[in-house]
Amino acid sequence: MKKVTTNNTVNAGDSIRTISVGKYAISPQIDHLFNVPVGFLELLDEIAIGVVILDLERKILVMNQSLKTLTGFSQKEFFGVACAHIIRSNICLHDCPALNINEKSGPKCIEGNLINKDRQLIPIRITSAPLNNFDGKMVGFLETVEDIRLLRKLDETASHAYNFDNIIGRSPEMEKIFQILPSLAQSDSSVLLTGETGTGKDMVAKTIHDASNRAKGPFVKINCGALPETLLESELFGHRKGAFTGAVENKPGRIQLARNGSLYLTEIGDLPLSLQIKLLTFLDDKEIFPLGSIKGIKANVRIIAATHRNLEKRVNDNRFRKDLWFRLNVIRLHLPPLRNRQGDTQLLLDHFLHSFSIKLGKKMLGLSRETLKILMTYQYPGNVRELRNIVEYAVNICEDRQIKPKHLPSYLMETGQIDVAAVAQESPAPVSFKTEDSDNTRQAPLNKWSDIEKRMITDALIKTGGRKNKAAVSLGWARSTLWRKMKQYGIR
Amino acid sequence: MISSKILIPLYDNDVAPRFDLATEVLIVTGIGKAGPLNNRIVVLPRASAEQLCHLIITEDIQTVVCSGIEDDYYQYLTWKRIEVIDSVIGSSESALKRYLEGTLKPGEIL
Repeated sequence: MKKVTTNNTVNAGDSIRTISVGKYAISPQIDHLFNVPVGFLELLDEIAIGVVILDLERKILVMNQSLKTLTGFSQKEFFGVACAHIIRSNICLHDCPALNINEKSGPKCIEGNLINKDRQLIPIRITSAPLNNFDGKMVGFLETVEDIRLLRKLDETASHAYNFDNIIGRSPEMEKIFQILPSLAQSDSSVLLTGETGTGKDMVAKTIHDASNRAKGPFVKINCGALPETLLESELFGHRKGAFTGAVENKPGRIQLARNGSLYLTEIGDLPLSLQIKLLTFLDDKEIFPLGSIKGIKANVRIIAATHRNLEKRVNDNRFRKDLWFRLNVIRLHLPPLRNRQGDTQLLLDHFLHSFSIKLGKKMLGLSRETLKILMTYQYPGNVRELRNIVEYAVNICEDRQIKPKHLPSYLMETGQIDVAAVAQESPAPVSFKTEDSDNTRQAPLNKWSDIEKRMITDALIKTGGRKNKAAVSLGWARSTLWRKMKQYGIR
Repeated sequence: MISSKILIPLYDNDVAPRFDLATEVLIVTGIGKAGPLNNRIVVLPRASAEQLCHLIITEDIQTVVCSGIEDDYYQYLTWKRIEVIDSVIGSSESALKRYLEGTLKPGEIL
């Protein structure tokens, strides 16, 4: 085919360091660098990454040993062959860097993959640069081909370091949890998960089950706060036919269904007192008595309980049994609220943006600087769930490729959750809305925040019929702050 | 043995450097029979090794002549008793000619 279009051939014998041009064997040399000339091919072979020199038709002239090893081709095979047929990279076929290079352009670097002679798909990075003669005229191309398998592997390891199953985080708080989870999953003790709403209690419960020896057994979830007391009892413990009106057949309870698996009791703090004693009996005896039955059923079930309530307080208020509390509180895991997970907000934003972009078939470039600042400053009372919902809303609404503040839910600006001190760029003195965690302020400025603040003041004044006292209260500011801001923005 | 139906992934007039990135294939039938060869170029909707394997199976291809192919697809095709002559570099015409002569081997540079 296109092989050897010039009259260049290669000495096919044992010498790969000599190129034959016509009937003459030549060995390219580097002169004047050292006292004696140095072989150019020998020097190339010392380079640890793949190097190839192409002519203007992108046919291979020289390839070093690293690249020969990577591609599996030998000197006599590749000389004079178009590089796309030897390198066999997806870049060569779709986005050949040499095609977009001229005398004056700098090196171009693209990542892709190649299939070598051993039929392996190898991720690579190709850097292509022009080779000019002394007159500045391009005579060929110099390409380096790096095997980036190790880098990819490290990337994977690094990304795994930030998650455990589906839970994502790299804050010290989450790292502690990731370290505890595997050993915690392996034990068979009861687990109590606490934390605010949206912190991921359900996900952690499922992860504990999946990483435990009971993973092949069922994971049964029941919300203790969602059902009336009598129904909940029947759901948890089951009933016998005729136990009550409407009990037309035997029904196994959730505990029975979770046999050899895990039972996840969410909102355990809302479990009625009468059922607390029954659950306590089960935890002690590992035996359940369905409604209307006098015969107990043994059930080997691991209990994972969760609540967003303060159980100690409920115990003190006599709304939760102390003995049940002691039995459940064998291993306690507190999931930190998002506002205390330093560095995780950005990670989660990236994660959800990526996943919703794929799910909704949108090619999002990311968040604008203003949007990012708003989202990084928001306190997220609904924690990760709220953050996920905000990103889902924004990706749904956004028609552009970048999410801007106008694509965010309007309540972000209206509820006063945004810490003004952290985002106000033009404020002479820091002022802040009442937030759940007012100490946790950040100093990131927000472009055009002044416009948002101005609009908020105007809206508050309109709503209160111009009464500054009421407007200041609705904004969560002191009257003097409102007066100062009005003066600053020229609102009369 | 010469098969009666072969497929060559194409890149212009050459054997495509990559099996998984080929968007055109040459299917040659009537090989080994008395009648003339029937050449047909099939344009694929998109480059995909899976779709190409599917086409090879549904078209009842007996030999594939290609260049770079991932081991998974090579093993799959050979498991399906399809002969794969890979790492062939050159024009599809010369590859076919050498195949018909019975001298085409894997890794051949034409």
